[in-house]
Amino acid sequence: MGMELNSETIGNALLVTVCEPRIDAAVAIQFKDRMREVSDGGPDRVILDMSAVSFLDSSGLGAVVAVMKFLGKERSFELAGLTPTVAKVFRLTRMDSIFTIHPDLETAIAPLANAS
Amino acid sequence: MTDDLRLVFPGTTVAVRTALLKMVGNLQQLDLDAEKIGSIELVVAEALNNIVEHAFAEQNGRIDLRLTNGERGLYCAIEDDGSPMPDGRPPIGNPPDLSVDLQDLPEGGFGWFLIREITRDLGYERVENHNRLTFRIPVGDDFTRS
Repeated sequence: MGMELNSETIGNALLVTVCEPRIDAAVAIQFKDRMREVSDGGPDRVILDMSAVSFLDSSGLGAVVAVMKFLGKERSFELAGLTPTVAKVFRLTRMDSIFTIHPDLETAIAPLANAS
Repeated sequence: MTDDLRLVFPGTTVAVRTALLKMVGNLQQLDLDAEKIGSIELVVAEALNNIVEHAFAEQNGRIDLRLTNGERGLYCAIEDDGSPMPDGRPPIGNPPDLSVDLQDLPEGGFGWFLIREITRDLGYERVENHNRLTFRIPVGDDFTRS
């Protein structure tokens, strides 16, 4: 089972868009591996656009946490566009207190547009 | 869905995903909003993922999922022919400890916490060579208050 991610650099940020409706136990490892590939050597700020993801289970949540850990303290990992069911998983586990979460992609990249 | 849904499938992550999609297709025919369906899908996914990961860690087997629409919510019964739960009961499911350094943040162990947050009347029994997990998902009240 594949895990398609699109990535582009906007200003000093790497924008990664998840092009799959689910980050679940079937693809959690592929998600981690693909995130490692696309973020390797890129900008310090990484924004993950999850607006296409309608379902995330605890394996998917664990994979998102793993991404933040391998990016490390030197790089910033931010989330954008959480759909209601995905947002609920972050809220119930209190993981919403750990991540920077933008309501949508426009909000996440607005400061970049203003700066340029 | 009709008042009773039964799905039998192999204990693999891919088969679990297919079963969940089928289940959601059936739930969409009930008078439930999308967020409630999302909560039901989440809790059933966690229960099924645990079975694949633990009960079928060292063997293959089948999962038998039943959902029954009742007066006090959706009743779920899941049977598998894998290994029994350690200690003969489901884990406590403590909330994840997030007051730690970045590198120590938990990447797992959320499953039982989520199941216990969202469900009521959680039961587990070992019947012959089967595990039987049962719970109720209250529907119609604010069952995911947090």
